[in-house]
Amino acid sequence: MVPRPYIVKRIRKDTVDTFTLELGPKDGRSHFSFAPGQFNMIYIYGVGEVPISICGEPSNSTLVHTTRAVGSVTKAMSKLRRGDIVGIRGPFGTSWPVEQARTRDVVVVAGGIGLPPLRPALYHLLAHRDAYGKVVLLYGTRTPDDILFKEELENWRARFDLEVFVTVDRGTPGWRGNVGVVTTLITKAGFDPTNTIAMIVGPEVMMRFTALELMKRGVKAEAIYVSMERNMKCGIGLCGHCQFGPLFTCKDGPVFRYDQIKDLLVKWEI
Amino acid sequence: MSTPRMYRIEPDALNELIQSLRQQHYTVIGPTPRGAAIVLDEITSTSQLPIGKTDEQAPAQYRLKERGDDAMFAFSAGPHSWKRYLFPPVLKLFSSRKNGEGFQISEELPSSDHEEKYALLGVRACDLSAIQIQDKVFGGGTYQDPAYVRVRNQAFIIAVNCTRAGGTCFCSSVRTGPRARVGFDLAMSEVLDSEHYFIVEVGTDRGENVISTVTSRAAEDGEVEKAEHLIRAAAQSTGRSLEPDNTREILYQNSDHPRWDTVAARCLSCANCTMVCPTCFCATVEDTTDLAGTSADRIRKWDSCFTLDFSYIHGGSVRPSSKARYRHWITHKLASWVDQFGTIGCVGCGRCITWCPVGIDITEEFRVIRETYLMKRGTNPNKE
Repeated sequence: MVPRPYIVKRIRKDTVDTFTLELGPKDGRSHFSFAPGQFNMIYIYGVGEVPISICGEPSNSTLVHTTRAVGSVTKAMSKLRRGDIVGIRGPFGTSWPVEQARTRDVVVVAGGIGLPPLRPALYHLLAHRDAYGKVVLLYGTRTPDDILFKEELENWRARFDLEVFVTVDRGTPGWRGNVGVVTTLITKAGFDPTNTIAMIVGPEVMMRFTALELMKRGVKAEAIYVSMERNMKCGIGLCGHCQFGPLFTCKDGPVFRYDQIKDLLVKWEI
Repeated sequence: MSTPRMYRIEPDALNELIQSLRQQHYTVIGPTPRGAAIVLDEITSTSQLPIGKTDEQAPAQYRLKERGDDAMFAFSAGPHSWKRYLFPPVLKLFSSRKNGEGFQISEELPSSDHEEKYALLGVRACDLSAIQIQDKVFGGGTYQDPAYVRVRNQAFIIAVNCTRAGGTCFCSSVRTGPRARVGFDLAMSEVLDSEHYFIVEVGTDRGENVISTVTSRAAEDGEVEKAEHLIRAAAQSTGRSLEPDNTREILYQNSDHPRWDTVAARCLSCANCTMVCPTCFCATVEDTTDLAGTSADRIRKWDSCFTLDFSYIHGGSVRPSSKARYRHWITHKLASWVDQFGTIGCVGCGRCITWCPVGIDITEEFRVIRETYLMKRGTNPNKE
């Protein structure tokens, strides 16, 4: 499969190590259609290709990716300028259960760079707000400086139909918000555990403890969804790199139902 | 096909077969001695086959020996498997060229059909199963590997039934051999006693068309039976076995077995087993540019789950220990492969045992884990 050319319409630095790319098809053709939770393989000319979750609004014509500059490809990506070209293959993988969640409460839990893969789901929930019960966003980062999409979070906090709680691992001078791991926010949120769908993205240990905490409060494992991360070279289940037990993270995931993978999550070096 | 069509051909007619395939624009790939091993490469005549040669294989050991006769297929699976033709070790996926602000990508398509039209001569039953397994991996899912499918669809397969068990083989226990059952155009059995001939079984109409171009006659029942007897004898003399049932339960329930430490203490994480394995399908990609940066290529290369880089994500490898990597490999091969593709990924060719520099034996490693499983269930493995 060959990448399709996309032009950088805008690049924005979000925090010290994260940035957002806004892309449009170079040939100006079709709208990029994807389901919340899916990812693209993004190719940087001569450098390489990486899997990155899609972060924008599903109905929008602009393709948005927010990521952290950590490896050679994402670092090269962070240096792109308006008008540069990247290659896109996708969208790949499974998506958030926004249909199954209809009529139910939805708890969205994000840790750090885990917020971008959840953002399209939030857009969907808000765009079809009447279809859902309570919608809660719990978001934890390392420090206040690492909080992504601050303006958007503030706008969301101003809404009466969305509860937003934010916490940080370490406060900084001037921080008046919550301090502590994201699981501590679960008790603050009001939702009906027997009629809730949870969507979680963050480090594996964070997702595991969040799921355990939710289950302690009565949310069933089958109602909890997480998004996994693994090394990927092809994105289509052929290269073998993303295996997670018997699952291919790229095509069986990245979004998994928690009961499908909970036994794998506790195995060392699986 | 109701009754298999059986022919007898003489050794000289095998050369006619090779020439006939070449005339039909096939590149004939077959076994040939090179250095101290029998490898696979293009052959243009039977004289390039390993005539009178055999191999002695044991864990971490491979030796060529002279037999002092004219046998052409009296050896076992060598270091090469057919995947190097259907799923090449190095393959350019695309080239891109800088143009102005951006770049132009052009997909790498075969320059001529001739190069990719292979006739595979001497495919053992185990390797035939391996090809069928890779068919599922590369061609059986939602996404297919177009390069594999293209080459595979054109390939002409001449299987050779084994009439001798190699030192590390265990095909009969995993039910893949020593006789080729399906998936070939032609299947040959070599008989060498008072006379030297081949029994050729036709598997497809394409095979029938090819065999009709060479000197042959219908095989007599006695001749066919002689070949069948040799194949049965090979099955009975196989020295190793791997019990292919319940592999998922056995391995999934023993991910903390102490044996993983024992094997990890020996495993060098060298990746030899995955390179020689005829079903291992993992690959990586390399993106390179020329010095000026005006063109960039993407190359796909075989990869191995035994390397640290294989599972690297930001922050480190998912499987930093060789213990985890060995466990991953054997668990994938024998257990999760079943979840993924409906069959185990091991065909009993024994290559991973022969070519492991420290002689780790997959049948032995699995046997130990299986015994623990049976013991826990109250079944005495010795009385089974």
